[in-house]
This record gives sequence, structure tokens and C-alpha cells, in this order.
Amino acid sequence: MSEQATAPVSAAPAKLRSRGRRVWLGRNANMIYAVVLVVILASIFVPFFFSVTTVNFLLIDAVPILLMAMPMALIIITGEIDLSVASTAGLSAAVLGVLWENSHAHGNIWVMFVICVIVGAACGAFNGFLITVVGLPSLAVTIGTLALFRGLALVVIGDDAVADFPTDATTFVTSTVPVIGVPVFMVFVLVVVAIFAVVLHFTPFGRALYALGFSKEAASFVGIRVGRSKFTLFVISGVISSIAGIFWVLRYSSAQSDSVQGLELSVVAAVVLGGVSIFGGSGGIVGVVGGVLIIRTVNYSLELGGLPDTVLTIVTGGLLVISVVAPSVSARIRLARDRRRALVHSGEIAKP
Amino acid sequence: MSTTTSPRQAPLVFRGARRILVSREFSVFAALALLIIVTTSINPRFLSAQGISDILLNSSIFVVMAVGEAMVIITRNVDLSVGSTLGLTAYSTGAVYAAFPHVSLVVVFVIGIVFGGILGAINGLVVGAAKVPALVITLGTLYIYRGVNYAWAGSNQYFVGNDPAEFGNLSVQTFYGVPVLAIIALAATVIFGIYLYGARSGRDLYAIGSDPSAARVFGIPVDIRVFGAFVACGALTGLAGVLYASRFSSVGADTGTGYELQIVAAVVVGGVAIFGGSGTVVGAAIGAVLLTTMTGALASLNVSKFWQQAVVGVLIIAAILITRLLALRNTRRLKVSEARNV
Repeated sequence: MSEQATAPVSAAPAKLRSRGRRVWLGRNANMIYAVVLVVILASIFVPFFFSVTTVNFLLIDAVPILLMAMPMALIIITGEIDLSVASTAGLSAAVLGVLWENSHAHGNIWVMFVICVIVGAACGAFNGFLITVVGLPSLAVTIGTLALFRGLALVVIGDDAVADFPTDATTFVTSTVPVIGVPVFMVFVLVVVAIFAVVLHFTPFGRALYALGFSKEAASFVGIRVGRSKFTLFVISGVISSIAGIFWVLRYSSAQSDSVQGLELSVVAAVVLGGVSIFGGSGGIVGVVGGVLIIRTVNYSLELGGLPDTVLTIVTGGLLVISVVAPSVSARIRLARDRRRALVHSGEIAKP
Repeated sequence: MSTTTSPRQAPLVFRGARRILVSREFSVFAALALLIIVTTSINPRFLSAQGISDILLNSSIFVVMAVGEAMVIITRNVDLSVGSTLGLTAYSTGAVYAAFPHVSLVVVFVIGIVFGGILGAINGLVVGAAKVPALVITLGTLYIYRGVNYAWAGSNQYFVGNDPAEFGNLSVQTFYGVPVLAIIALAATVIFGIYLYGARSGRDLYAIGSDPSAARVFGIPVDIRVFGAFVACGALTGLAGVLYASRFSSVGADTGTGYELQIVAAVVVGGVAIFGGSGTVVGAAIGAVLLTTMTGALASLNVSKFWQQAVVGVLIIAAILITRLLALRNTRRLKVSEARNV
């Protein structure tokens, strides 16, 4: 940011250097350094961390978070939020369970997947309708649908747990690429991530989202269709969440009413930790992927270290709080420093 | 408020009556009455002495929490950590009795309230320091407090219902036929209702919720007031935690999980705008009773228990929808009346 201010004054060579600096010291690069640092620290301090099994388990649990973090990043960049993602995934999981239980003798599982995705899209469209057409705040709407979709999941499947999914589907989902241990499903996730990165950073639709996050009014004056963009994002969020729900069911080969419960915390934490401003208008896909990897690595190493799953929520919650507090506090410190410097320059305060 | 010409000349009594009749609290109360009448007409046992006492007992814990949450929401913030705060304070009540079996009742209440207040103060401090939406912060502390509860309790559970007896009796005893728990809830509602209605610092909360920056310019100590609202919310939730331990006896690591949604639902159903600046704790309290009664009504009408959470979701969405429509109507009406005055 400060480079931009000084760039017009300085000469061409300095400009060139600042571009190099921007790549190596930019937010994305910092994120990658942070991931590498966390992995190195974990390898040193956590026994058994440095292994192929780690790659497998760490990445397979990252899949649903990574998937849901993509539309979440775009939504937060526009200044909205979707807290209902985990409930949407849970509803899709419940629908899949009931469909499979009632008709697996003569039904095609691909048709069931499609039905689940349609359910997810409908959930997203419901959110999008209330937010863009009726004009309600997304935060309040998605707290409501967080309860509603989870409640519908309970209505659909009740106390049951459906478990007898076809083994070829469940083994495919958990299968890994030999030697390096990366889950095969990760290839699909990487394609999704790449699509989101291209859409966000290189298409007019994606660039417009930043404008939207800065100022809705200004964005609509320059011709951005505010309502339509947001509606689309919420529908996409519903679709991706339902895919994450299907993945969850096949990964644990069990569908029940509390599948994927509480995952919205990890998703929001990863997105914010990845450098997306909670107020909208800034952030990028590389950072978000880094955020997901950091959260998963920290959680996985603590799990290896013997901490129970339930206690680990302290870490995820703590990371969420720190990741929203830190940028805000550092921005205020910077502001105070700049103001002081300006005062020193103008001579109102004697130089120390 | 009223802008039509006829009530302006009407006698004071009618104007007062009209104001009550069009108030949001009255419509929530009417919905509650309707719900009770319909349910009773289908299942007469719903309104038996036992049924009424059940509704009162079950709702008093929610009422206490809703009063605290309403104060936070009025300042345009939200506290999602109340379920976890309730869990921690309820478990700490069990722990206190396990360590000091003969400790007096007053000390237990004070410990619960202070502990809850500290948890609320942590929320308030971080929200004030960070200047980021309280929703995100308290979503974080929701999981942090719950994680602390798991780390502390593990699979352990305390049963404090009969041991000591005076603590367990608290939720059984009645005072002239009214359960003691309901009296405590009513007292909390009245005290904080009067505070928000009459006290200068209570009115400040509304100003902050309507427009935080304008409130700051006006000279209201915004950060201190918001901090105070979070502390009050935490302390009331702590009180609710002690009451919970008395009423339900068994407290463990997952006590109060998911309560935050019900409380937020109760508050917005009770007419507190989710974006602050309007609503009363009385409305929130009635909203809490309505929500609990709804749960009981669904059970006594033999509706599957699986519908309960879906109903909570529908109620939240319906409430913010109604608030939005009323706000739109109000602005339109104000525009018309201003145009007439010119």
C-alpha cells in the first residue's frame, strides 16, 4: 500500500524493484511462508508428523473446508457472510442418506447426487432471495437458515444413521495417489480452487466483487449488477456446500442429522486467516488456501500430540479471533504512527 | 408515533391504550395467547396446573438469558457465546458443590454470576479492542468456551439436584403458587426493563444501536456502554447457568450446546431489531416464553420433536422479515407526515 503512494515519485528502476518486492513480500507470499513455517515446526516438534500418512489424513480432512472456503471467500469479499454452509451440507447429507436407504435397490447413486446438489442450490437460492430481493442482512438471514436447514435435516432423517453406501464410492473418496499420499479426490478440489481463482482474479465478474465489497452504491453506479452477483454467489455456495456434504457422507460412510455440524467456524476462520477482510473488499484465493492448510496443520499436529477433538475447538476458535483482531489492531497502530509522523513533519511536535 | 389526525385529539387514556395495542410486545403476547388457546382446545391437558408450571420453569432460564442477549443486540452487537457461557457456569456450579459441599446458596449464585460476567467481559474487551463485528468474535469464543468446558469436564458429570437438597429444591419450590425460578426471571426482566427504559446509560444503548458514530459524536462513551452490555449479558447467562444446574441437576461438557440460536430467536421474535436500536427486554422475555411454549405445544400436539429446530429457524427468519416490513412502513409514513408538515 505504501509502495503505491511513493511509486509515482520514484524513478523507473525503483518501480521495477518494488514489483519484485511485491511478489516476494506480498500477502500471498507471506501466506505461503507461513504454511511452510507451520509445517516445518510441526515436523520438528510433533513425532510421526513427517510421513505419508500425515499428507493423506491432513489433506482428506481439508477437503470439505477447502471446498466451502471458496464461495465463502467470494461472499465475504462482497461484504456479506454465509453462516449456513455447514447446515446446507448437513441437509444434503441427510437427503442423500434417506434417498439411499429407501431406493438403493433400484436407484442410481448419481441421480441421488444430482438431487442433493439441487437441494443445496435451493438452500443457497433461499438465502440469496431473502438477502438480495427482500433486502435483509445476510448475517441475520444465515443465522436463521443455519437453524432452519439443520432442523430440516433432522426432519428428513430423524435419529437414523444410514451407513451401507456402495463400497466402490466410499473407497474411491478415501483412495490416495500411491507414494505421495495425496487423496485422489484432491484433484477435483484443486480444479474447483483453480476455477474460483480464475473467476475471482481474472474475470470482470470476479473483479466486480471487490468493488461491491468497498461500496455497494459506487458499484451499482459503475454498472455492476449488485443483486444478481450476490444471488449467484449464494447459489454457488449452496451447490458447493452440498458437494462437501456428499463428500462427508462417503468419507465417513455414514449420513446422520449432525453430519458436518459446526464446520462453518473452520471455514470462516480459514477465510479470514487467509487475509480476506471481514469488512469485504480485499483478499485472494492463494491466501485462503493457505489459511485452510494452516488451520488443518495446526489441528492435525495437536491431534497427533494427543489432544482430544473436542478440546481442539479452542484452537480453531482462537485462530478465528486472532485472525480478525490482528489486522484491525495493526491497522490502528499504523494509523497512529502515520499520524504522529505527519505531526512531526509539520513541526507541531518537536523531533525526539 | 401515531401520525393520523384522529387519535391526536383523543383522550389520553385511549392514546395510551392504542400505544399498547400497536406495540410489538403486545402482538408477541397476543401470538403467545393464541398459541396457548389453540393448543389447549386440541389438548386440554396442556393448560393443567402441571402444564403451566412446566412452561414457567422451562422458560425462566431462557428468559434470563434473553434479557441479557437483548441488551447486547440493542447496541447492534450479538453474543453467540451464551450457550457455551451457560455450559461453563452450570458446570462450575457443580464443581463448587463438589469441592465445598456445605457452601451457602448465596455464594454459589455470586460465583456463577461473576464467572459469567468475566466471560462476558472477555467478549466485550475483544469486541471493543478489535472493532470487528461481534458476531465473528463471539462465534470464536463460542467454540473457545466450549473447548475449555470439554477440557475441564471431559466425560465427567456433576449431579447437583439433590445434593445439597436446598439447591435442588430451588427449582421445585413455589412462592404463593408461583415457582421461585419464574420469580427470579421476572425480577431480572423488570430490573433491566426499568434500567433500559429510564436510566440515562440504558437509553444510551438505543442511541448506540441506532447509529454508533452519531452516538460517539454526541458524547456517549460507546465502548464503555457496549462493554457493559456484554458484561451484563454474561452475568445474566451466569445466573441462568446456576438456575440450569438447579433445574436439570446433571451438568457436563455439552450443557447448553446450541442454546445461542434459541436465544437469538427468542430476542428477535420478541421484537428486538437484529441491527440494533429498537426493542425492549420485556419483548425479548415474552419471545423466550413464546419459544418455550411452542416447543411444549409441538410436543403436546404430537408433532415430531424433529420439527423443533426447523421451527426455530422459521421463527428467526419470520421475525426479521416482519421487523424489516414494519421499518419500511414506518419510513414511508414518516416521509408522508414530513411532506404534510411542510
